[in-house]
Amino acid sequence: MTPQLVSATAPNGADHAAVPSSRQADMADMADMAEYLLWLGDDALVSAQRLGEWITNAPELEEDVALGNIGLDQLGQARALLSYAGELLGRNEDELAYFRDDVDFRCTHLVSLPRGDFADAVVRLLLVGAYSEQLYAALTTSADERLAGIAAKAIKEVRYHVEHAAGWAVRLGDGTDESHRRMQDALNRAWPYLDELFDPHPLTDHLDGIAVDPATLKEPALQRITAVLDEATLTVPATQRVAGGGRDGRPSEHLGPMLAVMQVLARAHPGASW
Amino acid sequence: MHGDHAPATSAGPAGPAEPSASGQSSFDRVIAGDGRIEPRDEMPDDYRKSLIRQISQHAHSEIIGMQPEGNWITRAPSLHRKAILMAKVQDEAGHGLYLYSAAETLGASREDMMQALLAGKARYSSIFNYPTPTWADIGAIGWLVDGAAICNQVPLCRASYGPYARAMIRICKEESFHQRQGFEILLTLSRGTPAQHELAQEAVNRWYAPSLMMFGPPDADSPNSAKSMAWKIKRFSNDELRQRFVDMLVPQAQALGLTLPDPDLRWNAERGHYDFGELDWSEFKAVLAGQGQCNVQRVEHRRRAHTEGAWVREAAMAHAAKKAARQQQSARGAA
Repeated sequence: MTPQLVSATAPNGADHAAVPSSRQADMADMADMAEYLLWLGDDALVSAQRLGEWITNAPELEEDVALGNIGLDQLGQARALLSYAGELLGRNEDELAYFRDDVDFRCTHLVSLPRGDFADAVVRLLLVGAYSEQLYAALTTSADERLAGIAAKAIKEVRYHVEHAAGWAVRLGDGTDESHRRMQDALNRAWPYLDELFDPHPLTDHLDGIAVDPATLKEPALQRITAVLDEATLTVPATQRVAGGGRDGRPSEHLGPMLAVMQVLARAHPGASW
Repeated sequence: MHGDHAPATSAGPAGPAEPSASGQSSFDRVIAGDGRIEPRDEMPDDYRKSLIRQISQHAHSEIIGMQPEGNWITRAPSLHRKAILMAKVQDEAGHGLYLYSAAETLGASREDMMQALLAGKARYSSIFNYPTPTWADIGAIGWLVDGAAICNQVPLCRASYGPYARAMIRICKEESFHQRQGFEILLTLSRGTPAQHELAQEAVNRWYAPSLMMFGPPDADSPNSAKSMAWKIKRFSNDELRQRFVDMLVPQAQALGLTLPDPDLRWNAERGHYDFGELDWSEFKAVLAGQGQCNVQRVEHRRRAHTEGAWVREAAMAHAAKKAARQQQSARGAA
């Protein structure tokens, strides 16, 4: 299955062909559109927040720079997506980032898992990156031009992120016994959370031609991931998935404490500008 | 370069022997003519050691200096501020990297320099041993600490050693952006709510004197200055640079609507400069001697990150060796 915009999977292909390419968000239900933007924006924001925790803690100075760069790219994506969502919801990016509680976030559980060691960072970057690579590539042809524009910028960044993660996965997987063990452990820890990224959801059906059915991203993303794992001499875990729920207001236990840190100052001064 | 570095307690790596007579005279000619010494040129051993000491301490300062600001990345109060702060801390890692590279051109190894830092043998700017308890500290560091660093560093863009001078040109461009963002944080706080204004003033109260001490002890007590000036590594004395900094700060503080915590600060029309009060050098010396609030914590943090990353660096080396062996084998197979 190749990744595709939702409308392309609709039984009536003629409808799809009739959708003008300039179709804008206001043709879709604005609340649905905002919700979808929160999915993507919250994943990016929470990933960036975790990467921010790495700065000054990386194994090499070069990696402080690299993880910082990747975090900055993700933060940039988050800001573009949340600003857009905010315009639909009558709130700005900071109100969305700092004044929503964990149950109002829409990120998947994988991105909010605790920082862990460098192997966890590499694995997460690879898994989330491989998903995002497919997601943004598909969204570049979204009927919503603004979202397509955000995706066109993001896809260039995400390709680098995946390459960076793949390089480390191979180095660490096929490095020393210890690094191999740590990578396999990290992979085993993250794997049960991977499926949630690809869970189909009624929301994308409502955003005909605009959103991507996550299920269509799974096969190509897994191909990319397993190719890297093969080269890294790592084994695809046989572990079962865990229940997600991040898209539906059932966040991971880790999101609350993360937001408590992220939001503490902004919430101490409500209404203030920074 | 932050001026408060004491002489290194660990000697730099032994460089080549003293230059030949012709090498020495060519060195002297370049220095006298305000030219640049390049890595392959002959140079006196003292010049080499002095540069390694200064450049590596500067590099360490950049790396340790990431911590007090990194402390606020996760709590930055807006996404815009978070992005700027992440970029700034990342710039500092980059500065550390250029500077370690510049020191390597003199024969020092990055591994040795890093080990000296982790062992507590190498110095870094004492200013980073002060804590950042509030968000306004991020503004104060940008405005005052980066501001002082720029006053120190702009003349270094003309330092006699080429790789150092060239690294400083790039660093100064980024530092000047850092200072502006610090000023802008403080301006926003100062014009914000009363609580925000108070945060800004309180941070400036804490950082003002330490930032003035970044220029190093008064000229009379600065043991390394004379030689550095003769070699044209350093161009202005500690006191000259400190005065220049105070003269720059006063109008900026007025624009910020904040007060500089010095009752003796006033314009001296005769000198054409601001007079300012005596600094408490006993505090400076205590922090330099290791008794600042964060001395232990800063080195310990770096040591922990380095130790926790050891398996990653080992794996990268092991992988590179495996790959090279495989390539060699396949080349042999093809032959």
